[in-house]
Amino acid sequence: MTLLGKKQKCHAAQSVSFNGKRKVVLVGNPNVGKSVLFNVLTGAYVTVSNYPGTSVEVTRGVAIIEEEQFEVIDTPGMYSLMPITEEERVGREILLNECPDIVIHVIDARNLERMLAMTIQLIEAGLPVILVVNIMDEAERLGLGINIPLLGEKLGIPVIGAAMAKKRGVEEIRKSISGFNPKEIRQFNYNKKFEDDITEIALMLKGDYRLSRKAIALLLMQKDNEIAELIEEQEGAGYQAIDELVREKVFERRESLHMDISMQRREIVKGIIKDVFSAPERRRFTLSDKLSNWSVSPLTGIPLLLIVLYFGLYQFVGVFGAGTVVDLLEKKLIEGMFNPWITETVNNVVPWEIIQELIVGEYGIITMGVRYAVGIILPIVATFFLFFSMLEDSGYFPRLALLVDRVFKKIGLSGRAVIPMVLGFGCDTMATMVTRTLETVRERIIATLLLALAIPCSAQLGLILSLLSKSQGSFFVWAGCVLMLFLTVGFFAARVIPGDKTMFYMELPPMRMPQLSNVLTKTYTRMQWYFMEILPLFIFASVLLWLGKITHFFEKMVEWFNPVINAIGLPKETTVAFIFGFFRRDYGAAGLFDLQEKGLLDVRQITVAAVTLTLFVPCIAQFLIMKKERGLKTALMMGLFVSVIAFGSGYFLNKLLVTTGIL
Amino acid sequence: MKLSENAEEILEAMWIAIEENGGDFAAIQYIGIDSRDPAYAELVDSALIELKDGHAYFFEKGREEGRQTIRRHRLAERLLMDVLDIRGEEGDKKACQFEHLLKEGVDIKVCNMLNHPSTCPHGKQIPMGDCCTEARKSGNLGVLPLTELNPKEDGEIAFIQTKDSKIMHKLMSMGVLPGNQIYLVQNFPSYIFRIGYSEFAIDSEMADKIYVRQLVRQ
Repeated sequence: MTLLGKKQKCHAAQSVSFNGKRKVVLVGNPNVGKSVLFNVLTGAYVTVSNYPGTSVEVTRGVAIIEEEQFEVIDTPGMYSLMPITEEERVGREILLNECPDIVIHVIDARNLERMLAMTIQLIEAGLPVILVVNIMDEAERLGLGINIPLLGEKLGIPVIGAAMAKKRGVEEIRKSISGFNPKEIRQFNYNKKFEDDITEIALMLKGDYRLSRKAIALLLMQKDNEIAELIEEQEGAGYQAIDELVREKVFERRESLHMDISMQRREIVKGIIKDVFSAPERRRFTLSDKLSNWSVSPLTGIPLLLIVLYFGLYQFVGVFGAGTVVDLLEKKLIEGMFNPWITETVNNVVPWEIIQELIVGEYGIITMGVRYAVGIILPIVATFFLFFSMLEDSGYFPRLALLVDRVFKKIGLSGRAVIPMVLGFGCDTMATMVTRTLETVRERIIATLLLALAIPCSAQLGLILSLLSKSQGSFFVWAGCVLMLFLTVGFFAARVIPGDKTMFYMELPPMRMPQLSNVLTKTYTRMQWYFMEILPLFIFASVLLWLGKITHFFEKMVEWFNPVINAIGLPKETTVAFIFGFFRRDYGAAGLFDLQEKGLLDVRQITVAAVTLTLFVPCIAQFLIMKKERGLKTALMMGLFVSVIAFGSGYFLNKLLVTTGIL
Repeated sequence: MKLSENAEEILEAMWIAIEENGGDFAAIQYIGIDSRDPAYAELVDSALIELKDGHAYFFEKGREEGRQTIRRHRLAERLLMDVLDIRGEEGDKKACQFEHLLKEGVDIKVCNMLNHPSTCPHGKQIPMGDCCTEARKSGNLGVLPLTELNPKEDGEIAFIQTKDSKIMHKLMSMGVLPGNQIYLVQNFPSYIFRIGYSEFAIDSEMADKIYVRQLVRQ
């Protein structure tokens, strides 16, 4: 609750600071190099966690500068102190709740004028600001000149020019942090009439606040409800008069309040950068501009996309990751060497067969759970995440998003949703989590549903493709069915599910060569998450399967499922594969793979089984995340819906294939 | 020339029957103003029209007067529906009252403000006024939504028109502020614009909230 709390608390926290560390908070727009600065400052001591009560992730780490430890917090991207998205809200709460000793505002040198507007807001709010003007190297390449010392003088705060990608300016930033000494805060004035209004409101505020009164008055005028609630709490009886005054002022300016504030800030910024910033007459065009143009125009963008998918997904993840590396790791190393050894060891040490079975049996924790996780999933997912992080770092995703926005709107999503959708081809579970970056609840629900239904994850995809490789026709039937369902279900979901219409807007950062260190850090963080979340589930699934086997519950389940399986024209042996499929999508596919090897399934049955299994219920991990993100009721409904669609499609596809005899 | 309201109604009805439907005359019984109304005499006395066998004919001066009247009527419709948001029957009714005020230069002001619309809300042509011809000749298209700009064209942002303060904030944080220069990179499949050294992609719902003044290239 303590968004603004009492100032004293903050000071108390500062002097007694629980771990004796000064706090440094990084803020700024997305894509300005905040995270790179964070990584450079903190090194490896990093924790990622949800901000309390929200689904927004916040990264914290420790920086050691001249033997002093600093707690460093990286906030989600924000454009202004007046929040719109949940991420911006969290960013602001951190600024206010965490009592930062230093706020580092990171901006992009190329967009100095636009981004300084937020610096002004931060200074105005009375926060202890250091300004890092990042991406100086690119700015210089464009011929832009920025007089950093003069800018510092005009703003009255430390200003450092940097190029994080080249580690330029790191030492200065570190020095500036350790030697930070908040000075008198400079005042930037709006026009007379506006200042008078703000002062009038500010003078009525009697409480003691962390933000300057001027900033609070401005936020109140902009109808910031959170701030209003807290002021009400703090001011008690006096609030009514304040509220009335604010209303009156707002009414006087009803035509253009928001616009006025922005325009006046721009004037202030213009005054500041007058002698600081110089730009060449004509904009220089770089290779990155050209590449960017190619990627966003449909004529060149779509072929480029296909090339990226072919080399990135098919060659790198499919052929190399799922083929070469899995062969080496799973077949040669684990199955060939590790498993026989561990099986023998366990069997020698543990006398009870039932326990042997649990650890190294058919569904054993080690022989199945760990083997799957490390031998099959790890290489596929690692190569996928590497590919994904490279695309992410190159700045390609926003361009892909704008390319598909029109099509995605038809299925109730904005182009932004392309990121979780692509990620879903790596791991649907992680993608379901990433749907929280989508703006409206409606969009999140549709994206979650489509991920659960029609996006096969990399492990499953690999296995299904090899299943279908025997007959080209079956591949096209499978791909056609899944794509059609993706679009149809999305189309209807967009019409049925209520909620706000989505808007699409995205900044297009310049295209650039992916930076190796960024890519590796991102891949590593994802892999780490993946293992922490997935491995316990694998072990859990192994235990469940083992329990099912020893209690013979498993056979009962097979019996119950049989009629359904028969209805879609499959032999009863496939039932086991489907039950596996619920634990892990790829378990199921692996089961089918075995059956095909044994010659139990013909082409038609393989196709029907592959379609049904692709659509079938998400794996247990994904289901648990669905429950966590969307609530039990929604998750159950989606699970039921997906199962019905999966078996329904299987049924009709089977009928169709039998009647027409296509395959 | 100061005509009564009924006289203006007659001119309008005639203009539609003759100019738009291609007749030689307008049958008085279909004009919708009783044939005994003094407005007819007023028009005949002003040498605007001529009555013969229950038919009304334009003189040249009357034809021009009719054109101006219909123009004012349709501008009034546009103003009421687009700007004041009064629609349907209510809008039609109010437009009929409103049109009579659009005289002595008021019509030109309204026409400029609406950026010289070519059709009324019912899809009918609005006859061009002098102000429209002039605007067309100068090549200055006035203030347009960003969606009307061609790719690779520059504009200067005039204003953001939306009631949704979230959209407003988002656009402003992208640097969409009156007076800033904006360059439209591409308009399909999404709008991409550049302000300063940043590029943004937005959909058409957001793009049509941004109004720009087209910068005429030399």
